[in-house]
Amino acid sequence: MSQLVVTRRMVENPADSHTLDRYLSTGGYDQVRRAMDLSREQLVEEVKASGLLGRGGAGFSAGLKWSFLAQPRPSYLVVNADESEPGTFKDRQLLERDPHQMIEGIIIASIANEVRHAFIYIRGEYSKPARRVQTAVDEAYAAGYLGKGIFGSDHDLEVTIHLGAGAYICGEETALLNSLEGFRGEPRLKPPYFPAAKGLYMAPTIVNNVETVSNLPHVLSMGAAGFAGISDSTDTGTFMMCLSGHVRKPGNYELPHGITWRRLIYEVGGGIKGDKALKAWIPGGASAPWFVPEHHLDLEITAAATAGAGSMLGSGAVIVMDEDTCMVRAAERIVRFFAHESCGQCTPCREGTTWLEMILRRIEEGSGRAVDLDLLIDVSDGISIGLGWPPKMTTICPLGPSAVSPIKALKDYFRDEVDRHVELGHCPFGESTHTSGEEE
Amino acid sequence: MTTPQPTPEMVTITIDGVEKQVPSGELLIQAAQDHGTYIPRFCWHERMKPVGMCRMCLVQVETPRGPAIITACTNTVADGMVVDTLNHDVKKAQEAILEFLLANHPLDCPVCDKGGECPLQDQAFAYGPGESRFVEIKRTFEKPIPISDLVFLDRERCILCARCTRFSDEISGDPLIEFKERANQTEINTFPDLPFSSYFSGNTVQICPVGALTAKPYRFKARPWDLVKVESSSLFDTAHPRIEVHASHNQVLRYTGVDNPETNHGWLSDKARFGFEYLDSEHRLTKPLVRREGDFEEVSWREALEIVANRLDLIKGEDGGGALAVIGGAQGTNEDAYALSKFARVVLGTNNIDCRTDQALSSHLLAATADRATIDDLDTADTILVWGPDLKEEYPTLYLRVRRAAQELGVRLIVIHPRRTGLDDRASLKLQYRPGGGFGLLEEIMAGEHPELGEMLTGRVVALIGAANLADDPKLAESVAAYIRQTAIQARLLPLISRANSYGALDMGVAPNLFPGRVAVDSAGAGALMAVWGDVPSKPGRDTGSMLEGLESGDIRALLLVGADPVGDFPDHRLAAEALESAEYLISIDTFIHDSNQHADVILPAATLTESEGTITNCEGRVQKVNQVKPAPGQARSDRAALSDIASLMGFELGLGTAEIAAKEITAVAPAYAGITWDSLDWEHRNGVIVPEGGSQPLTYIPVVLSGNRPPQAQLTLHTSRVMYDFGIRLRHSPSLAGLGPGPVAHINPGDAPGLGVRQGASVHLVTTTGEGEFSAVIDDGTPPGVVYVPLNQRGATKLGTDPVVRVTVVK
Repeated sequence: MSQLVVTRRMVENPADSHTLDRYLSTGGYDQVRRAMDLSREQLVEEVKASGLLGRGGAGFSAGLKWSFLAQPRPSYLVVNADESEPGTFKDRQLLERDPHQMIEGIIIASIANEVRHAFIYIRGEYSKPARRVQTAVDEAYAAGYLGKGIFGSDHDLEVTIHLGAGAYICGEETALLNSLEGFRGEPRLKPPYFPAAKGLYMAPTIVNNVETVSNLPHVLSMGAAGFAGISDSTDTGTFMMCLSGHVRKPGNYELPHGITWRRLIYEVGGGIKGDKALKAWIPGGASAPWFVPEHHLDLEITAAATAGAGSMLGSGAVIVMDEDTCMVRAAERIVRFFAHESCGQCTPCREGTTWLEMILRRIEEGSGRAVDLDLLIDVSDGISIGLGWPPKMTTICPLGPSAVSPIKALKDYFRDEVDRHVELGHCPFGESTHTSGEEE
Repeated sequence: MTTPQPTPEMVTITIDGVEKQVPSGELLIQAAQDHGTYIPRFCWHERMKPVGMCRMCLVQVETPRGPAIITACTNTVADGMVVDTLNHDVKKAQEAILEFLLANHPLDCPVCDKGGECPLQDQAFAYGPGESRFVEIKRTFEKPIPISDLVFLDRERCILCARCTRFSDEISGDPLIEFKERANQTEINTFPDLPFSSYFSGNTVQICPVGALTAKPYRFKARPWDLVKVESSSLFDTAHPRIEVHASHNQVLRYTGVDNPETNHGWLSDKARFGFEYLDSEHRLTKPLVRREGDFEEVSWREALEIVANRLDLIKGEDGGGALAVIGGAQGTNEDAYALSKFARVVLGTNNIDCRTDQALSSHLLAATADRATIDDLDTADTILVWGPDLKEEYPTLYLRVRRAAQELGVRLIVIHPRRTGLDDRASLKLQYRPGGGFGLLEEIMAGEHPELGEMLTGRVVALIGAANLADDPKLAESVAAYIRQTAIQARLLPLISRANSYGALDMGVAPNLFPGRVAVDSAGAGALMAVWGDVPSKPGRDTGSMLEGLESGDIRALLLVGADPVGDFPDHRLAAEALESAEYLISIDTFIHDSNQHADVILPAATLTESEGTITNCEGRVQKVNQVKPAPGQARSDRAALSDIASLMGFELGLGTAEIAAKEITAVAPAYAGITWDSLDWEHRNGVIVPEGGSQPLTYIPVVLSGNRPPQAQLTLHTSRVMYDFGIRLRHSPSLAGLGPGPVAHINPGDAPGLGVRQGASVHLVTTTGEGEFSAVIDDGTPPGVVYVPLNQRGATKLGTDPVVRVTVVK
């Protein structure tokens, strides 16, 4: 259907795409030498020109981020492999099935950013991906790709793998840095806005997502223009979509930017299971404000179009909900996740998200009051003033405002469903809707 | 002398439509406050780094991308910044934060110590929505839980502002209290099996913005609106940290720290904070006591005074003032000390007077050293040298200020001490020496054997010098002071003495070779006093050690002890005990009966801090006012009043009717104090004023290098030094603190323990040439090999004396 970039090797060679032999036989590590021939400025310019956007959630230009790297050295590279956004499972596949691709990307990023020590922070639950990455790192060291004088050059590069300990918030880059330093995984205050100014151990640090880094060898091999040309839309290259929920063909898909949601759900995903009606979907991970078919089905999947409609592509997780899904229960489940994962540092998130969860559960369990929807909205207003997008946060980081996204959906599209719960004194969808059986 | 700070660049910001000039780089919350706009806050504290956690200080600022909500405590002002603290979004945010904070708050305000002085109450009143819409079940925790001997934690009341955790991490350097769990279950707690045993734990209670941390000595004792509050200073620390005394119905219920920017920054050690219970002890002396047929008998003041006056008159008539002696005077105010100094010279006709009861430095060095440092000098120093006591144990205010300078301001720190000290973790250089071997180390240094030290002693050096332990000859500190002055041209010195108002007493002439106002005892000094004091002896008298010897030999016949316990404090405890027992006549003016006055012939009950007003002088020469809150118990009176009455009966008028009159006479008589007026200390010099060096100060003492004892040749040497909690008379009668000392313990290095057959907790017998006793062994890697460390003056501990050679055997 389209050109595969970061998933090509695993699609074409599913049995051994993770091995060094396969990687080398398919052009692996060729781009390192090219990177070594370029200056830092040239490399940054190349990545900037490719239009490669960060794939961790914020969608910030990777090249631009690199250009912010402050003096003095040493600087660090941290690969954010703490993939924990509900509905997201793309990095897992890249780690597990093409670890050398990421390592080559790490080497390129390290050359570009004068990095001598890179860290890979992997979600603690990802044991198989972590083992695969460790094996690949060991192989790279043995081959002289990592360590002292990589590829016979005078560039040294150490790579350290660190496993997270089960906190979603450590995917937030400054919380990740705190965690890596041995402190509580709590987001840091902003300013400074970018770890590129002050990051790991207060040194300039580039934090890039797994998918972002995995794209780097391809940016060099195709050249900036070639990479940018993959997509017809304003967003260049491809993006990985983690399609889940009530679609016939859930899974990871690498797609060019610019297709519509309708094509994604009904063609790529094969439509809704049981030919039911589509009720809503989450376009970019649990943090993203929800979309509904009446307004959003024919929007293009680009960062700009999604932001214009008040949401984000985020981590590329699309969660599709059919007509039988209880919106209150779905909202409660997502809010519960954020309340559980709040680091507890700042008041609105720590107290507000739990309060939202309690109210939603009360409504779902049949003890809702007529005032509760307004209360939900007002409590949300104290976390994300005006419930706008991007959020006007009262919090340190975006976790708290993320919990407001489902409330915004109830407010904008599903008021009647909340009211039905209150009027009936129980959930109109009964006990057997799709979300049951998934309790933590 | 403090280095003048350059005037910061000013920027213009607009707060709520009004333009203000504020210093560039200042935090917005501070700049706004300095210009009359109070932005509510819980977590921000001006003495600690901002964390932006409570989110109460959200304000709106204009940005290129439109208005943004930011925390005023984490953002600095920038030129042209437009700030709105009152608009709808800000109001909405403030109401939301307060509703969130109160959602799980137990609202047990009626029984909460903080009620009535609670920032959460006050800000809920001022900025809150007025009602809660939280109808769910509140979070509960077991409460309260003791997290140390002095502090209770109520996690339900806690709003997780990180003030306590930051204090213990950033300020006191013992991070024993931390966050645990996360999300809505986040709590403050201590580590398992590791209590919050900080010497500074009480500060967290004071800065807690709710009643989550409460102090055991104050729990359920009072409502804050019932308290009478009077500012004063603590005498438990010779830096004299500023306090507020809170009393109700003539009973002192607590001290709180007051932020004197030049001394304590608001912080107090737990000893200074909680050391008030003795004031209301049932053991306080309330009536004069006279020994009759071996026992004390309560008598009237008139009777006691006549007995004292007659006996002093008799001895003076028979043998002259040389047969009379005075020890003490450091526990009271300058006015009391001045009265004592005048009484000794004018009434008793003697210069046998000394306020120093431990192995103190020379009185001239302490009172009038050249180039004396101020506490603020620590902040602007290039290098701080601490050669002497472990500041954390004996000088808590200086400890916090040195720690801040080293940790936050980047000042190099050198620590020289026989074992691990509380500042070692911040020291750029640490040198240790065998107890008794200080002179050996100094000789090595002077011979260039420690070049790293010499390299660091450049630029502005501030040297804090004192005796590190009982084996340290006071001459060592003086020699160190002399060496530092010779080596570092810009060096400033802070010679240390640890007792109450010792510096004030020395300045008032409570020393055998000092007259009031840093004047040497000689004919010129005596001549200058003639107009006010009349004829006084002009030859230096005897110091404490010499007076004790004189009592033992009989050439001193009567001793007046004023708030002094030489048996407990004097390093040669055997001499002190024997001297006091053999004294022909012993008079004591004191608050309690103790080891030294239990054999007295007459004891007069004394008033103490909070019961009288006056001035005091701290280690840097800062004069501050202390104030009366309550009357003294029973018939106890100020030293000055008792001395005046004795003088009258002996035919002299001291003319010191009130503290204010005494203070006026001090400014007239004591040259160094000429400009320090009583009234100014209440107002424009509320933070105190440093007695100016030079100018009207007649004596400027230049320390000299002296020769001293050789390092002892022994397998084991004894390090005996003071710790914060000892068995001194005030702590003994303060129940909350009385049990906190380590007790009779002997610390031994883990490497030495097997050879000695000693295990943790074993009973060991220590023998020196001057004492022996049993101690409980503590295996401790902070004590170097070959050293045995015994904290001085502990409950149940025998005294081992000053000889550092020690033998250790295990008691079977």
